[in-house]
Amino acid sequence: MLKLLKRLVPAVLIVAIAAPVDAAAQASVRIETPAGLEGPRTLQEQTASAAIRDYLQAWRSMNAALEQNRTDQLSTYFAGTALDKLNETAEEQASAGLRTHYQVNSHDIQIVFYSPEGLSIELTDTVQYEMQVTDHGKQIANKPMRSRYVVVLTPAEARWKVRVFQATM
Amino acid sequence: MKLRLLWFAGVLLAAPAHMRAQSDRIQAPASIEAGSGFSIHTAGSGKATLFIVGQNQVVKREVQMGQDIWLAPGVVHNAGAYLLILKSNDSTDTAEMSVSPENKPSDLSFLARPSRLPVGIHDGITGAVYVFDAYNNLITAPQSVTFELSNPAGVTQSRTVTTRNGAAQTEMDSTQQQGADKFAARTAGVESKRVVAQVPGDPCGIKMSAKPSGEEIELATEPLRDCSGNAVPDGTIVTFTETYGGDETTVDVPLKRGIAQVSMPAHNGAMLSSASGVVLGNQIRWEGQ
Repeated sequence: MLKLLKRLVPAVLIVAIAAPVDAAAQASVRIETPAGLEGPRTLQEQTASAAIRDYLQAWRSMNAALEQNRTDQLSTYFAGTALDKLNETAEEQASAGLRTHYQVNSHDIQIVFYSPEGLSIELTDTVQYEMQVTDHGKQIANKPMRSRYVVVLTPAEARWKVRVFQATM
Repeated sequence: MKLRLLWFAGVLLAAPAHMRAQSDRIQAPASIEAGSGFSIHTAGSGKATLFIVGQNQVVKREVQMGQDIWLAPGVVHNAGAYLLILKSNDSTDTAEMSVSPENKPSDLSFLARPSRLPVGIHDGITGAVYVFDAYNNLITAPQSVTFELSNPAGVTQSRTVTTRNGAAQTEMDSTQQQGADKFAARTAGVESKRVVAQVPGDPCGIKMSAKPSGEEIELATEPLRDCSGNAVPDGTIVTFTETYGGDETTVDVPLKRGIAQVSMPAHNGAMLSSASGVVLGNQIRWEGQ
């Protein structure tokens, strides 16, 4: 996996990812940590690696939740506002009879901010995915989409958790 | 029906570019600001269901095709990428829409560290903020944030930083005076405050005196102060050392009312010294004064 990543991004820092990257979808992942990272604190490779691993796991967790309208696993990877909003979305989907599957094709991740004292990491991620929506079990949309996410992660007891999860087109 | 089609064709031609590139029977704005009201144009006839589906919000409406659908302010309020689906008995049409945060700060998430530190530390205090709108969307458009650190005497340090991707950070020096400083972050009338306790630093120096007391020597320091003149807190340990004839005796004494004092055996020719942390005091050679 790391060799593949290095081929994809020769000119930027590649952060080793310990966990499989979106194993369900086999999405490609490109990661960049710019030299002039915002914030005075140096971002260690292990820290970046852990944050990105947990972020990608958060995507899987979100996908599973919105595919089944089950929120019991969301709090493992999400916290705060991001968790509240995803919980509400799952409730709204269930009430509307909808389910959504996000088939991710690629992530293009850039770490943009590491706050002093290591209390948060912010990254942007341009994600290409297919959004499949089913209404009472019948697929009503399958749309390729490309969105740029702004994500803020904060450290919790065992992992980094996503606190802000916000997309624009 | 013909009239409706003509009207819809007219809408298409008149619509600005950001409202086009949608499916034939649904026309929505390409982007809106979170919480704003907006219209979705539909063509055709009969009943349909409109779904607005995003990761942060889902809206469902039963609609009449061929009419404008008005989404009132506040209905779609979570920033994100949305897929709009117009589903009728015989067709399904889609459109995409981006919802951006309101460009009006309503809340600050302020991370400040540490809560307690010694006076006079360069860049010892750090603060970072994330700026949110009224719907808890991170405002990614640049915002001007002012950080201000003020001590009880009214001395203030201030820095203004522009956010990038919704975040801004700063570093401040701890002040020269002990006490509870206020550390504030402010933008567009929104403020978040923290208290940073500044405590005296290490002693700037230790001045010790000695006087005989029977068979012993009484050693005492002058009141200890840091290099900014703040009294070093009681409880700070001062170590007294007596070296005589190859033997060394040390006594650790906590400061009480600003000074440390101890009695040690009086030996002519003994070398007496004191220290606290990394600070060494003066040395005295005892000659039986």
